[in-house]
Amino acid sequence: MSDIQVGTEIPALELPPISRCTLALYGGASGDHNPIHIDSDFAKAAGMPDVFAHGMLSMAYLGRMLTNWQPQAKLRKFGNRFAAITQLQDVITCSGKVVELIEENGEKLARCEIQAVNAEGTQTLLGEALVAL
Amino acid sequence: MLDQSFIGYELPSFTADVEKGRLRFFAKAIGETNPIYTDEDAAVKAGYRTLPAPPTFAMVLDMDTPELMPLLGLLKMDIGRILHGSQEFEYFQPIYAGDQITVTSKVVDIFDKKGGALDFVVTENSYTNQDGDLVAKSTSTLVHRNG
Repeated sequence: MSDIQVGTEIPALELPPISRCTLALYGGASGDHNPIHIDSDFAKAAGMPDVFAHGMLSMAYLGRMLTNWQPQAKLRKFGNRFAAITQLQDVITCSGKVVELIEENGEKLARCEIQAVNAEGTQTLLGEALVAL
Repeated sequence: MLDQSFIGYELPSFTADVEKGRLRFFAKAIGETNPIYTDEDAAVKAGYRTLPAPPTFAMVLDMDTPELMPLLGLLKMDIGRILHGSQEFEYFQPIYAGDQITVTSKVVDIFDKKGGALDFVVTENSYTNQDGDLVAKSTSTLVHRNG
């Protein structure tokens, strides 16, 4: 894995537009049955314009990007904050790059900055992953 | 402001089954097409014992409580007013299909911002498998909109 250097870019992952069906499937599969993501009437009553995507759906997309790049068994830490809501029909692109090579508990790791961005360029998720070299 | 006396409170632990069909459904829902997440032979060839759970699946186990998100009732939060602020995972071993994972969850911080317009609740969870091995830890921040 000597080909991983500071500046190495993680191959980006572009997702299809977020549909109501995407949210229904994710709600069922994830066990997050919060109606704010699947019931427009509920979302509007709660003061939102419509249903919106689960943050964890986009985090799962970031996870796909990471495990497409390196085997999951090498993933040590993975975190992000949810910086903006992902709306219906948003097209999310996940990307990231290696920003530092570090050593933790005697293991060499790549520290990666990762993000999810919508088509308008708004960062929806911003985070970091530690991947073993 | 949410009741800060719950800082340090440990929610009742529970054990969740990691079902193979659930892993396949989750893979479908997130658009995962790598066969190691759905095909046991592919997983074994890649060096896994059987189907591994994807990196964010531990959060799915959090939802496997009799009452959805018991933290909400505990802190009297309205489900229509919560947002996910942040999420972190630390991994020690894979979570596999067939595992029985015991989830513990502790409230580690409660604070507000923007003059009380937003409340924040931070929880730390741990995930231990049927062999007693700690497989993962997570930290979650939930945001409650007050106005």
